[in-house]
Parts: sequence; C-alpha cells; structure tokens
Amino acid sequence: MAIDPLAIDTARIPAGNTPQRARFRTPLSEVPWVKFGLIAIAVAFLALMLVLPLAAVFAEAFRRGVEPFLAALVEPDALSAVRLTLFVAAISVPANLLFGLVASWAIAKFQFKGKSFLITLIDLPFSVSPVISGLVYILLFGSYGFLGPWLIANGYQIVFAVPGIVLATIFVTFPFVARQLIPLMEQQGTTEEEAALSLGAGGLQTFWSVTLPNVKWALLYGVLLCNARAMGEFGAVSVVSGHIRGKTNTMPLHVEILYNEYNFVAAFAVATLLALLALVTLVLKSALEWRYGGELAAHGRH
Amino acid sequence: MTFGQIALPRPAPSVLPGFGLTMGLTLTWLSLIILIPLAGVFITSAGLGWAEFWRLASDARTVAALKLSFGTALIAAGLNAVFGLLVAWVLVRYSFPGKRLLDAAIDLPFALPTAVAGLAFTALYAPNGWLGSFLAPLGLKVAFTPLGIVVALVFIGLPFVVRTVQPVLADFDKELEEASATLGATRFQTVRRIVLPALMPPLLTGFALAFARGVGEYGSVIFIAGNIPYVSEIAPLLIVIRLEEFNYAGATAVAAIMLVISFALLFVINLLQAWNRRRIGLAG
Repeated sequence: MAIDPLAIDTARIPAGNTPQRARFRTPLSEVPWVKFGLIAIAVAFLALMLVLPLAAVFAEAFRRGVEPFLAALVEPDALSAVRLTLFVAAISVPANLLFGLVASWAIAKFQFKGKSFLITLIDLPFSVSPVISGLVYILLFGSYGFLGPWLIANGYQIVFAVPGIVLATIFVTFPFVARQLIPLMEQQGTTEEEAALSLGAGGLQTFWSVTLPNVKWALLYGVLLCNARAMGEFGAVSVVSGHIRGKTNTMPLHVEILYNEYNFVAAFAVATLLALLALVTLVLKSALEWRYGGELAAHGRH
Repeated sequence: MTFGQIALPRPAPSVLPGFGLTMGLTLTWLSLIILIPLAGVFITSAGLGWAEFWRLASDARTVAALKLSFGTALIAAGLNAVFGLLVAWVLVRYSFPGKRLLDAAIDLPFALPTAVAGLAFTALYAPNGWLGSFLAPLGLKVAFTPLGIVVALVFIGLPFVVRTVQPVLADFDKELEEASATLGATRFQTVRRIVLPALMPPLLTGFALAFARGVGEYGSVIFIAGNIPYVSEIAPLLIVIRLEEFNYAGATAVAAIMLVISFALLFVINLLQAWNRRRIGLAG
C-alpha cells in the first residue's frame, strides 16, 4: 500500500479540528461502530427521558385546542396561584441572595476552624426530603407544635398560610446562592480586597466595588437556579400550604388539584407555564455558561 | 475583639473587615431557618420514648414504604450510574450535531418543577399514553407500579451523575491513554484499566447524590406511583398521609428515620468528594 499517510489524514480531518491531532487512526478513539453506537444509545436515552416528557406536557395541554388551554390560564384560581408563586419567589429569592452574599463573605474570605463543617450545614437542605422540609415547620408552628399554640392564640397563623409557604421555600432553596459563591470567592482570594483597603476604601465600599463585580455572573447563576426551584417547589410547600384555593395554592399545587379532579387539560395548561419557566431558566443558564464560563465556578461547571 | 467571648469561630488574622458581623448573621439565619426546625424532628421523636418510637418505626406499612423508597432509589441510581457515565462519555469525547443542545438539556430535571415531571411521565406511561400503549400489549405496566417510581427517579437523578463525571473526564490526562496504547493495550483494555478507575470517585459521588435525592423525592413520584399502601406508597408520601390524619408522632417517626439515613449518606458523600479531590490532585 504505497499511499502517503499524510494525504489520507488531511482528507479525514473534519472541519474545525486542529491539524496536529491528525494521525493514522488515533489509538485514543474507539472504532467507528462503537462510537456511533454509544452516541445513538445516549441520544435515544436522553430523548426518552428528557425530550419526550417535555413534549408530552405541551401535547396534553393543547389536546383540545387553544381555547380550553387559554381558559385554564385566565381562570381566577389559576391567576391567584400565579400571583402567590411570584410573591413567594419575590421574598425567598432575595432572602437567599442576601444570605448567600453574607455567608460567602464570612466563609470564603477568612480562614477558620470548622469551615467545611459549616458548609455541610448550609448544604443540609439538599439532602433532606422536601416533605420533611415542610414537616419541620408544622412541628414548630402547627397547632400542636412548639410555638404554634401561642402564636395562633395571638393571631399569627404561620403554617397552612402564606408565611409557612415562604419559610418552606426559603428552606429548600437555602444553599443555592451560597453554594455557587463560596468556591469561586475562595479561589479569587483576598488580594484584590486587601489592595482596595490599603488604598483607603472602606469595608462596604470594597465589597461593593471589588468583590461583587468579581462574582456578579456566578451570583446571577445562583439566583437563576434558586428562582427555578422556588417557583417550582412542590413537596415542602404542599405540606405547609393547607391547599386553600385562591389563597394558599401555588402553581405546582394548583396543577395537582386540577389533575386530581380529572381536569387534565387545565392541569397540563398550568404545567406548560412551569415548563416554560424551566426552559427559560435552561436557556439563560446555558447562555451564562457559554459566555462567562470562566467567571462562574472555581473548577469545572456544576 | 468582643466576638471572641462568644463561641463564634475565630479566624486567622486578616485585614478584611466584617468577619464577626457576617459570621454572626450566617450562624443566626442558619440556626433559625435550618438547624432549629430540623432539631424539632429529633426532639419530637425523643419525646415519644423509645418503645413508642420503635412501635411506630416497625409498623408494617412504614417498613414497606421505607423499603420501597430506598429500593427504588437504589435501582434508579444504579441505572443512572450506567447511563449517566455513558452520556458523560459521549458528551465529552465525541462531537456530533446537536451536542451543545443535548448538553444543556441535561439540567432539565434541575429546572423542571417535580410536579410537572410527574405529570408528564404519568401521561407517557399510563396504559393509554404514548409509551404505555406500546408497553401494555407486552404485559409491561409502568405507571401506577414501582417500575414507574424507578422511571421518575432516573429522571430526577440523571444530572447528578452526568455533572459529576463530566468535568473529571474532560480534565483526564490523555497522555495516560497514549502510554497505555503504546504499551500495547487494546482500546477496550485502556478504557477499562486506565480511564474507568479514574472515573470511579466522581461516578460513586454522582451515584450517592442521585440516591440521596431519590430517597426523599416526592413531587415527581406521587403522580406515577399509584400510591397503593404496601405496594407503591413511598416514605415521603406516608409522612404526608400521617400528617393529614393529624398523627404527628407517626409522621415524625418516619421523618426521623429518613433524616438519620440521609445524614449518614451525606457523610459518605463528603468522604467520597474528599477522595475525589485527592484523586484529581494526583492526576493534575
């Protein structure tokens, strides 16, 4: 076989590959049938697990056409569920944003004993079942709880009311912002802040004009994920909500009620709003990763 | 330094201001929102007394629900370990059209509200659904059986495995594979003996994370499970049912068992991640 190997190779290089990678068939790659087999399995699996369910939500919502779909969205109970979901997110997301900034300043910019234990405590809500996240507030504020009888006697209704929903949502979304900021701020170190302080800036000024700009994209990223979870949380909110239509029903709970009443088109119609929220979140998240990947996380992406 | 008197962590010397204030706020907020409420579960359980707690915990329905939750979560995490590894491999090592889109879609289970996922899978796998109508003639029932729970948990856990394996595989030093190939190993031997062992720590971490998440999962499961006591009733649902019966003791007992096992899992995950970091440190 008197063929110049280089000639074959250049013909084989797919557009965009760097030429120095080109060899005879590199021993670092699988034979083509294995490669395409693996790609086919992965694509089929993801289509089955991710794409199909999403398609099903939209298909079921429009099963009887556009009109019943729209009717389900403008119905008063649906509108009040949307309003409550937005209200809960509007409190719990900023609360976690503030906590995330405060906690990551204390944890990432200083060295002290027990740091990793403290981070584990902040992460706790990730490993607690959402149902238990709701239960803990019932044990605390319910009518048989530790503080409940006194609070209820004084006219403060926490659980089975909006405050309980807000608390449960803050609980489940607690780690999102802090988790995103701590590793990044640790990696960035304290030299820039020290420089600002030595030039006469105050503490708050240093934070505002040095630390915050350095983490702004990671902060936005954390807020985005926090918001998606806050608006979509089901288990924890379901336990503390009391399910009063028009009053303590969030969108995910409204979906469940409609579904249990066999009002499938309406259930899926409201579900499409939540699915759209997820899609918008994914698009923004990917946009942030593609544009500001290096500024988002300390190592790798997560 | 006034905060030195309270039991606040003491930092190494630093010129940056605000440690006392921010650490104080962090610990206060953490205690109020997370720690004190969680402690309530254990205080309530302790108040039951050991005999009563044991009676509630060993109740046949509770045991069945716990077995189901842990069993299905284990199977789903195992499936995710296999398919998640495969997906991570394909996304890191190969290029094909639509790859970026697929990569972005991996996080869908993080972004999609669990109730919506549950609804979607029920619609797909119900006997008259898109997939269920194909499976029904084969005698395979997915919706309203434990199999349906596994499907929902595979969805929920998938990103955990893919997103822990992906960065490690991307950083994997190709020279090791080259060395293996020059020493005469076949491609299969190289992957099995060189690449896979390096992926074990992230793979196990992802498996444990998916498992931990699956055990507590509620929203996506209750729609597809059918919720038949002793058959397809998961532990978180049993907590909800006990609460609706105003049986707070019963609910708390199940919650305490789940919490203890979750914390044990969390401890294992932390050990795994420490191992993970050491392995990456060595390779890099």
